[in-house]
Amino acid sequence: MSRPKNQNYKGHGLSKGKEREQRASIRFKTTLVNTLMDVLRHRPGWVEVKDEGDWDFYWCDVSWLRENFDHTYMDEHVRISHFRNHYELTRKNYMVKNLKRFRKQLEREAGKLEAAKCDFFPKTFEMPCEYHLFVEEFRKNPGITWIMKPVARSQGKGIFLFRRLKDIMDWRKGTAGKKLTSSEAQPARSAVNPPGGHDARSSEDQKDEIPVENYVAQRYIENPYLIGGRKFDLRVYVLVMSYIPLRAWLYRDGFARFSNTRFTLSSIDDQYVHLTNVAVQKTSPDYHPKKGCKWMIQRFRQYLASKHGPEAVETLFSDMDNIFIRSLQSVQKVIISDKHCFELYGYDILIDQDLKPWLLEVNASPSLTASSQEDYELKTCLLEDTLHVVDMEARLTGREKRVGGFDLMWNDGPVSREEGAPDLSGMGNFVTNTHLGCVNDRKKQLRQLFRSLQSQKKASS
Amino acid sequence: MLQEESDLSLVIAQIVQKLKGSNLYAQLERQAWASLQRPEIKLESLKEDIKEFFKISGWEKKLQNAVYSELSVFPLPSHPAAPPEHLKEPLVYMRKAQGSWEKRILKSLNSMCTELSIPLARKRPVGEQKELLNKWNEMGTDEPDLSLFRPVYAPKDFLEVLINLRNPNYENGDSLSFRTHLGLIQVPLKVKDIPELKEFFVELGLTTGQLGIDDSTQVPPELFENEHVRIGQKVLAEQDSAAAQQYIRQGSPTALRAELWALILNISSQPEDILYYEQLKTNVIQHDLLVDSLIYKDVKLTASNDDYYFVFEDYLYQVLLCFSRDTSVLGHFAYNSASPPKSYIRGKLGLEEYAVFYPPNGVIPFHGFSMYVAPLCFLYHEPSKLYQIFREMYVRFFFRLHSISSHPSGIVSLCLLFETLLQTYLPQLFYHLREIGAQPLRISFKWMVRAFSGYLATDQLLLLWDRILGYNSLEILAARAYCQLL
Repeated sequence: MSRPKNQNYKGHGLSKGKEREQRASIRFKTTLVNTLMDVLRHRPGWVEVKDEGDWDFYWCDVSWLRENFDHTYMDEHVRISHFRNHYELTRKNYMVKNLKRFRKQLEREAGKLEAAKCDFFPKTFEMPCEYHLFVEEFRKNPGITWIMKPVARSQGKGIFLFRRLKDIMDWRKGTAGKKLTSSEAQPARSAVNPPGGHDARSSEDQKDEIPVENYVAQRYIENPYLIGGRKFDLRVYVLVMSYIPLRAWLYRDGFARFSNTRFTLSSIDDQYVHLTNVAVQKTSPDYHPKKGCKWMIQRFRQYLASKHGPEAVETLFSDMDNIFIRSLQSVQKVIISDKHCFELYGYDILIDQDLKPWLLEVNASPSLTASSQEDYELKTCLLEDTLHVVDMEARLTGREKRVGGFDLMWNDGPVSREEGAPDLSGMGNFVTNTHLGCVNDRKKQLRQLFRSLQSQKKASS
Repeated sequence: MLQEESDLSLVIAQIVQKLKGSNLYAQLERQAWASLQRPEIKLESLKEDIKEFFKISGWEKKLQNAVYSELSVFPLPSHPAAPPEHLKEPLVYMRKAQGSWEKRILKSLNSMCTELSIPLARKRPVGEQKELLNKWNEMGTDEPDLSLFRPVYAPKDFLEVLINLRNPNYENGDSLSFRTHLGLIQVPLKVKDIPELKEFFVELGLTTGQLGIDDSTQVPPELFENEHVRIGQKVLAEQDSAAAQQYIRQGSPTALRAELWALILNISSQPEDILYYEQLKTNVIQHDLLVDSLIYKDVKLTASNDDYYFVFEDYLYQVLLCFSRDTSVLGHFAYNSASPPKSYIRGKLGLEEYAVFYPPNGVIPFHGFSMYVAPLCFLYHEPSKLYQIFREMYVRFFFRLHSISSHPSGIVSLCLLFETLLQTYLPQLFYHLREIGAQPLRISFKWMVRAFSGYLATDQLLLLWDRILGYNSLEILAARAYCQLL
């Protein structure tokens, strides 16, 4: 019983029935090709719908979401791959705002020490509105390098480094006249009313006659950890199934993306050195496609362990866990938690020479295109396991702590590696259930998992 | 009894002779002189007191390690009157085969040289020297035109030579029997069979704990891993080479590996070593060798394209370019069946006074050579230490993988060991592969020549190389190749 609200309706209606009922076939839709399409097509019992057909599962892109989510009716069992206002986490200026607010709250409630755990984000100022605050900070630290990033663009576009205020003046003159394309425009946030909404600054932006693309100015990390003389950042995948309560899964695999050229602070103009996005690297004259410039994160973890010892590596990885959880907590109250939504985030982390991890940004639509055979394997397995966790086939009991390569990192509270309830009182024996960079024997685990689920089902029927 | 004693004293004399020229000797002398100031050293018992002092201060241990290190490459016992060629390689037909192989390589190199009209060596103009010095840490960014260079040879060329090796004194007969060797290698060398291998590799038995197996996630660390790590730390604290070599047979914990290997290879970064490396670097800056282009080409073709090792490209140049200029490597030719190629100053062909070894270290790189260095970059990040480790690994082990000899760790023996294991214990597989025209050695040869570098994941590879160091033998490579086909 379809309920069209308007011509663009992409919802569907079928037999009502309990949410956990098994379906004969699952209709999926996606506009993406490459790895995702391969995974969806190969999934048993899943059929593709094209164009105007009804669907049970949609891996959409964010522009479709923006235009259609509010007008789409979805049955209980339907799943879609984004949260309505994910940009609270993924747009650099909103993320900074949410993080700063969360930090203040933590300081009030739990003290300075607890709040300091949120210091994984380099000092950032929104431009142009926080320009004066930025100048103050700038003057306090003469000679350091800053990086200017557009709020909404990806793949390294529009980013530049600077050390003098003069460089920004030139930029201001240059971009003031730039108009935003519709894909880059800020979403009309007033149309969506999140609780704990933001101040009126957004309306102030809209007052400008010529819309200026928003940027953030961020303190550039001048002492990145180098391997082979090269700078790199880490791409980690976090799957969020719901925000209220917060349920997040961490994928064991990921990769380190290397810059093709050697790191030196003297070449600020060389965009290729400083930006490690594969997209930017691809255009560097040194780029050889065969290389791929990537290391699987297991390789990276082993390398660090042989250089610094296992304890230092444990500390680093648990600091990274801290980043994932705190960043999600900071937007927990702001994001509209819709049970139809889940989201696979790509976190970009930079490690500095003191083995401290820094959060660069969070991507709502991490690239799913494969740059090499190894990459293809990683991404197809990642997507397969994502679909296992989303569990359209209603096979899981909901009590699993591991599904394939995903480990349940946060379930409305920390999740312990040990069986039974976590002992939160002591801090002594608690080991979080995360295994980033560890062995990913997902095939074996999935086999065991589904076999035991099957036998449980047989036993209960 | 008398013979053994005189053998032993000969060995001792030779080692003492060798060590007298080393830096350790000078240090010990200095330490002995300095110790005279100490109150516990008395004139009446001078010798004993100094010995005691050496023991306590750890200098005796250093001496022990040095002696142990010398012993590891000491040639197998032979007739005292044996000529030096016999130390390199006792069998005549092997020597001849190596000699003609070397001639071929040299011919190939010379013809490339003439074709491209590039000198074997030239002095760099000052501008070029400055440029290279600036770029020393990022030579990988250079994109010289290497299209005209070809690797001098590839492992498969070498395999063809080995296949054609024959012992003129050995008559196989035309009739096939169950004893006929069906593989590619047709020389009668003695190789170990499985009972002998089991005895040799006793620490790899099922009842002994191993890293890489018994430290996997399902096994609780209390069972083996924790204790093993603790022992490793103790071995490092004692700085005992021999103990480290014994310990590492069960695998090395990731965090301790770099130090353990350095201890086993008796490498400690002294100021003199760093200076020596810097001197080699200067040689690279000042002179350009044809061999350099071969090195560049090899790195670009192999290591740079490897998913794991591309990151370390710059280190590879820093090591290999210096390596080719290191004349101390010439010392290993005393026990290597190969001999360094000679080149003559222009116009003085044949005149010994004008002969030089080319390249200066006597080693001509082949396709895949840089992969010997790449895994070491995982462990060592300081260029001079990385260099020392690689050099020592080469003169102890790697050279045997591309020279023709009868040594049990030589590539010929490894191939024969592999084929024999396969034929004896997996005869059906062996026969089947032969029938479909896929001789198994053709598949596994390249793995063994490269010591599996580039063919195994790094953690697996390093565990394998742990065993090479632990058993001071490359036979594990043949066993590993055999296991790959299981």
